[in-house]
Amino acid sequence: MRNNRLGAATLAALLVTVIVYARPSGGTISGKVTFEGTPAKPKTIDMSKEPSCAKQHATPVMTEGVVTGPGNSLENVVVYISAGIPDEAAPSTPAKFEQKGCQYLPHVLAFQVNQPLEIVNDDQTSHNIHPRPMINREWNKSQPQGTPPDFEKYDKPEFIPVKCNIHPWMSGEFAVMKNSHYTISSEDGSFTLPNLPAGKYTVTAWHETYGDQSMEVTIGGSESKTVNFVFKARPY
Amino acid sequence: MPTLMKISVRICLALLVVSFLPALTGAQKVETHVGKWTGNADAGKALYFRYCWGCHGFRGDGAGENAPYLNIEPRNFVAATFKCRSTPTGTLPTDQDIFNTIERGLDNSNMPSWVTLTDQNRADLVAFIKTFSPRWLMEKAGDPIKVPPEPKLTVESIQRGQQLFQKLECWKCHGQQGRGDGPSASTLTDNNDQPIRPYNFAAGSRFKCGTTNEDVYKIFNTGLDGTPMPSFADVVKPDEAWDLVHYLRTLQVTHKSPELALWQSTKDGAALIAATKSSGTPTGSGVR
Repeated sequence: MRNNRLGAATLAALLVTVIVYARPSGGTISGKVTFEGTPAKPKTIDMSKEPSCAKQHATPVMTEGVVTGPGNSLENVVVYISAGIPDEAAPSTPAKFEQKGCQYLPHVLAFQVNQPLEIVNDDQTSHNIHPRPMINREWNKSQPQGTPPDFEKYDKPEFIPVKCNIHPWMSGEFAVMKNSHYTISSEDGSFTLPNLPAGKYTVTAWHETYGDQSMEVTIGGSESKTVNFVFKARPY
Repeated sequence: MPTLMKISVRICLALLVVSFLPALTGAQKVETHVGKWTGNADAGKALYFRYCWGCHGFRGDGAGENAPYLNIEPRNFVAATFKCRSTPTGTLPTDQDIFNTIERGLDNSNMPSWVTLTDQNRADLVAFIKTFSPRWLMEKAGDPIKVPPEPKLTVESIQRGQQLFQKLECWKCHGQQGRGDGPSASTLTDNNDQPIRPYNFAAGSRFKCGTTNEDVYKIFNTGLDGTPMPSFADVVKPDEAWDLVHYLRTLQVTHKSPELALWQSTKDGAALIAATKSSGTPTGSGVR
């Protein structure tokens, strides 16, 4: 009798777990990032000083400070939940930052506080990785060709510009996030933040040239909400 | 009796709180220990506002009244990023590192050698400088990098160092002859976005962060934080690092060293030395 009761309780607990997990996991915030005004025209990068990189590119390489798409869409915008969700522990999978053809891939890399950051040099030349944080520790390391990946971590949330002093045209951004709810706008400016529990959130969009803006969004249950961000572009 | 006990316990607690108050209000006593010297921040404050603030500023932010006239801006102690360290890149220097920098000065910059101050004075200054940045409260100084004993100087060691100079692409900034005129040299900027030139070995005898072979070993293993000079600690082994030190010395063609003499005695070395023109200053200006 007692055993039976225990069994039933376990079954009930299991059922509840299954139901919780099987439920569509929370709400979604999606939308599009666009600009208004005239953005700066991308400039052609002259890689002639580094022939081993120059020959990797069939077409001219352009600067990535502002990358736009059709319909005034804005790429490379970090969209994230800046308030309304507790800080989360970092995943152990490393975020990979590649140096290839004297460019950073991806140009904007978002990862969490204390998440391993794997820095790889695929080029036939030395790079020095020189992120320029204001809050986190600043370091500057050489990575000659053929050396194993370098692993780093950042312990405070921050947007950090990254440069290579040897190849001054190389420019990238690290976005160190407090939780796992972040994404980067794609070519058409669209973004999706899934798996959000019901609650009131501040959604922030950050762009390396145009700064940031925030919106308050309240989500109930498995609701989907649309939020659009419009940045004012300047031609300089 | 119990009430008396209670009162005495309360008094004890109150005393405890009071004794911790200075720490809570930020008026912490910063002390430094350099060798046998114990530095005191209050004593250092008086010295700072006599000797240092003209360049490093009232707030220690490197924005003193002389700063606009200096082509390498004074150190910003609020950022707590230091060039001359014995500790890995991205970490705070040891008290001894800052003490040494004040004593030595930074060659070919506007920071003179403060050898006229006493050791006690310099230890006090280190203690005061550390009050400008909260980093000193939150982080410890890095573990100094280990410098193994210098192996015997040989021609082969210099030659291996010469190969490393190519492999690590030191020449991208410092130039093939070490004259500070490599292809990337003219584009370099420091953390204040001010132009900065790579070291011109051919015109120099001293380095920014020291004069000995051990100092050279440390310079490229720690990197000069706040400048384009990165750390090579992860990519050179200790033996290789010493080879590189030996080769770098031969690039200092105007400085008499055992390395230069040995290199001069070889056919290839003598030809390289003869071909190296020395012009300009060690910090790179006036290189033709």
